[in-house]
Amino acid sequence: MTMAAAEQLAPQQPMVRFENVSKRYGNLVVLDDLNLEVSRGEKVAIIGPSGSGKTTVLRMLMTLERIDGGVIWVDGEPMTHMMQGGQMVPAAQKHLRRVRSKIGMVFQHFNLFPHMTALQNCIEAPITVLKMSRKEAEARATELLGMVGLADKKGHYPAQLSGGQQQRVAIARALAMRPKVMLFDEVTSALDPELVGEVLHVIRQLGAEHDLTMLMVTHQMGFAKEFADRVCFFYQGKIAEQGAPQELFGAPKNDRTKQFLRAVLESG
Amino acid sequence: MGTFSLSVMLVGAVITLAALATSHTFSVFFPGLLEGAWLTVQIAVCGSLLAVVMGTVSGLAKLYGPRPLRWLAVTYIEIFRGTSALVQLFWLFFALPLFGISLEPFTVAVLGLGLNVGAYGAEVVRGAVQSVSRSQWEATIALNMTRLQALRRIILPQAFIAMIPPWGNLFIELLKSTALVSLITLSDLAFKAQEMNQTTMRTIPIFTLVLLMYLVMSLCITIGMKRLEKTAAKGMPRGRSV
Repeated sequence: MTMAAAEQLAPQQPMVRFENVSKRYGNLVVLDDLNLEVSRGEKVAIIGPSGSGKTTVLRMLMTLERIDGGVIWVDGEPMTHMMQGGQMVPAAQKHLRRVRSKIGMVFQHFNLFPHMTALQNCIEAPITVLKMSRKEAEARATELLGMVGLADKKGHYPAQLSGGQQQRVAIARALAMRPKVMLFDEVTSALDPELVGEVLHVIRQLGAEHDLTMLMVTHQMGFAKEFADRVCFFYQGKIAEQGAPQELFGAPKNDRTKQFLRAVLESG
Repeated sequence: MGTFSLSVMLVGAVITLAALATSHTFSVFFPGLLEGAWLTVQIAVCGSLLAVVMGTVSGLAKLYGPRPLRWLAVTYIEIFRGTSALVQLFWLFFALPLFGISLEPFTVAVLGLGLNVGAYGAEVVRGAVQSVSRSQWEATIALNMTRLQALRRIILPQAFIAMIPPWGNLFIELLKSTALVSLITLSDLAFKAQEMNQTTMRTIPIFTLVLLMYLVMSLCITIGMKRLEKTAAKGMPRGRSV
């Protein structure tokens, strides 16, 4: 099959597919036989009470957690497994890295490299991993930092930036690796309330300007409602309910969903 | 204490030393002691270099090496940390020749002290690397870096900062341990002092000078390490890393 033919076929494949994925810690079942498909360019918000396994979904997709059962597919090929002699075997490091390069992640606590400036944070992986020239990497990082509104802060170290600014650097850093899928793991949870807006603004802009597939775990119901194409409500390691935001927020069917939304709305 | 007050202390010690060196009572001892001090410095510097190399290699081997290498590192660390430095020096100096390997006293001193302190250094390196938050590793995975790239570019530079103060301690320990080499025929500062004391019985001036000389050397180490820490930690928040 030629590359062009493969590309033509690709849009029919979901960007991300969890197939009967399960995850346990000892006896505790964190994710139970999860099946989830995310289309190209789709924005999926994942909500649910703590301990429902929602963050684990992202961490497994980023290969930060091993899965105990099932297969995760990315861009039409298995990520956690590979074909060898006509059989699916657990992925070797090399395979994992190749497929993983399509995914970027932004963390709750930013996880910036504290010994590097904003710019250095954004050029490190493009240079060491993508083998980009320093000049090219710097030009691109400057552009991305400009996009998140931090062009004037590129020489600052993380400790010299506010939480909101750090998180925007983290978004620029992830984008510098040109991912096809972006994962946002409670990216505003560690921020002071007045800094949440600037980060959400960047994500909103990203959604409007780029064809990125996005999965976000969030507690910002308002944002999920307005931004997401689909909302998944997780409860005890399963998707208890999913649907368009208007449906799920407007007329939830599942009792757990109703209970959760009521509790969240009451807390403001 | 800040670098400034330490520098004041160092200047004070040097001035006192210079004043004593030119005074009538002390001046006769000064050249001989200075000669011993020079040897002490040489052993301390060479030993420290060896300790850093051994500490880094075995500390990282213990953490990330393949199993045989890990065992080798653990064996080295336990042997050299678990036995006395003096016995190690004696073993290298008196026992090793019986196996047909005779080393120069200077080599034995550097080897013995360097290997001994390197074993402690291995734990310093291991502890510092492990003190870097797991979330830093996770960020490198999310950026698709290899383990080696992550270690070299992200983890070690942060661990390095955490290593500096304990390494400073070890360098001072090593400097003081150099006094042991007088027992394997080397004329270091401690040896010269004892020799002069035995022949002249002028205990107070001799050991006052020696005390000041060791103090000047260790202050140089402390100040040097402080400056290194300041340079290395540029931009980093005080206290725990993010």
